[in-house]
Amino acid sequence: MTASATLILLMAVLYAVGITVMLERSLTRVLIGFMLVGNATNLLILLVSGPNGTAPIVTGTSADETMADPVPQVLMLTAIVINFGITAFVLALIYRSWWLAQLGDQGDAVPDQHTDDTEAATDATFDAVDLDDAAIQKILADSNEHPDEPDRGLEEKR
Amino acid sequence: MSALVPLLVLLPLLGAATALVLGAHRRAQVLVSALTLTVVTVLSAILLVYVDQVGPVVVDVGGWDAPFGIVLVADRLAMIMVLIAALMLLGVLLFAAGQGIADGDRETPVSIFHPTYLVLAAGLFDAFIAGDLFNLYVGFEMLLSASYVLLTLAGTGARIRAGVTYIIVSLTSSIIFLASIAFIYAATGTVTMALIAERVRDLPADVQLILCISLLVAFCIKAAVFPMSFWLPDSYPTAPAPVTAVFAGLLTKVGVYAIIRTDTVMFTDVDIDIPLMVVALLTLLIGILGALAQADIKRLLSFTLVSHIGYMIFGIAIGSQAALAATIFYIVHHIIVQTTLFLATGLVERVGGTTSINRVGGILKASPLVSVLFFIGAMNLGGIPPFSGFLGKVGLFEAGVALGTPLSYMLIAAGAATSLLTLYALVRVWNMVFWRPSGDVEGYSSPLLDSLRENPDDPGGTVRTKSVPRLMLAATTGMVALTVALTIFAGPLFDLASRTAADFDSPSTYVEAVFPEATP
Repeated sequence: MTASATLILLMAVLYAVGITVMLERSLTRVLIGFMLVGNATNLLILLVSGPNGTAPIVTGTSADETMADPVPQVLMLTAIVINFGITAFVLALIYRSWWLAQLGDQGDAVPDQHTDDTEAATDATFDAVDLDDAAIQKILADSNEHPDEPDRGLEEKR
Repeated sequence: MSALVPLLVLLPLLGAATALVLGAHRRAQVLVSALTLTVVTVLSAILLVYVDQVGPVVVDVGGWDAPFGIVLVADRLAMIMVLIAALMLLGVLLFAAGQGIADGDRETPVSIFHPTYLVLAAGLFDAFIAGDLFNLYVGFEMLLSASYVLLTLAGTGARIRAGVTYIIVSLTSSIIFLASIAFIYAATGTVTMALIAERVRDLPADVQLILCISLLVAFCIKAAVFPMSFWLPDSYPTAPAPVTAVFAGLLTKVGVYAIIRTDTVMFTDVDIDIPLMVVALLTLLIGILGALAQADIKRLLSFTLVSHIGYMIFGIAIGSQAALAATIFYIVHHIIVQTTLFLATGLVERVGGTTSINRVGGILKASPLVSVLFFIGAMNLGGIPPFSGFLGKVGLFEAGVALGTPLSYMLIAAGAATSLLTLYALVRVWNMVFWRPSGDVEGYSSPLLDSLRENPDDPGGTVRTKSVPRLMLAATTGMVALTVALTIFAGPLFDLASRTAADFDSPSTYVEAVFPEATP
């Protein structure tokens, strides 16, 4: 089996940098490290797929030697999608932990603001959420702005 | 029958989508989730009976034959795991629903919990019936992504801190798993487990060993086997009680399940029994010693969870048919008992206001039923005869004696010591939390309680106690009844476990099921 030396080198560098960055304390750097290591692993899968070839589309004829191996490409695509989703989640987590850090000791107390609410109060809150759409519609109807019409202010300037 | 197998994954996913759409209607969401899991439980029970009598059911997803398409393999082991997992998920769901109705859903944000929970279920079932290594990876990622959300539910500071540790450890193990798949594909040219099992034998022994160990490292992190177990006691106890119960019961067992598949189906020629035994010994002892130093019941149970994984690894390391049968029985026992104990602890927290044994007492008087539920679970986990924990351990020790090496005798000794120390830790909880009058809690001092470690995230003091809704009590009682049933029907279950283990005796059973004619 032959493999591209450039890709191997790139993979090695990505792994090395990724693991080093993952060992940092900051969560953002850990995430960057995870993304680098994830991409290095994708390159690894690409490397194990063997030499380049033509598109592996079989239409009635049988597969031949010149075709590229499609399975690793499928694995890579799935892995990319999974990494993407997890990256999004970790970003949300980083934002939340930054938010808690800004609040300091109060951070943990914030979700407890409803501790003394009664069942009726909770239901009222939930009802209010349900009525949000109606309220938004009402505010839109009452407001002077008409988003569907062209902006008159802009035209007057011209 | 083969039409039923994909439904195990499909139904929870459809249920998750429906539950998400029904986000504004709390009760409808509970109904959808409970209905979905009930149907899956019934389906998996039907499939287990069928598979036990007729043989493994193999489904080619998308109509492509293995090894070109994805295969789902429902054999005895997979269906036992799916059935137990579905039962646990259903029981815990009812518990969570009871808690949600009682607390006005402040503990479990309504629109997120049910869909995520069902995605977790789908991921679990997918991992159990995956006949292909990459599908196993996808199943793992599904359940892990769902578990990230469940663990950081409501996003309080303590949960975010615990969640960060958990997520980074899980990500690392996933990357190792994915890299192992790449190596295995490079060496064998396939990701179908049955074909890997055939082709891996032609490889040089060293390559086999490297492939096997890289997979095992990934799975051992997930199964919380020492020395990769440090993350578990820090992350599980901070989650809401139902979430901790599901995680403790099921998530580590998926790792153990994957280790069984690796060791008995794919890499049958690789001899790593001695390293596995050493690791099992250390897991048993270090886990239980950690449990002894904890003042918080949830943390204590998390440490016993780590410790008892050692029993399962011991059984896998022995590798004989009797040992595997005992391991499978022990896994089933441990899933049910550990989940039940965490649920009972959730009830104790509601009655007593805290789970720290330093600050609560008199639960026996306050709520005799909760006490009985905890007591049965505790005795079962501690391995007191005639409970199933005792039966499972006896099976394992017999298999260890049959092996007869010095290391296996050391493991039997360690296993017996762990069992006694588990009992000691749980009896101390019983004495302090249940038996001690609530008036004695203030200013109580005892050598038993000296130098116990509190949960670092615990704010201290007791929070407001809450009523125990009937649905939560009923769910926990149902689970305890299941643990007792496991003891009563231990004979037939052990027979089933033996038949399951016999499947592995000749790995060709699995391979022949996937490739009825000849391996390509």
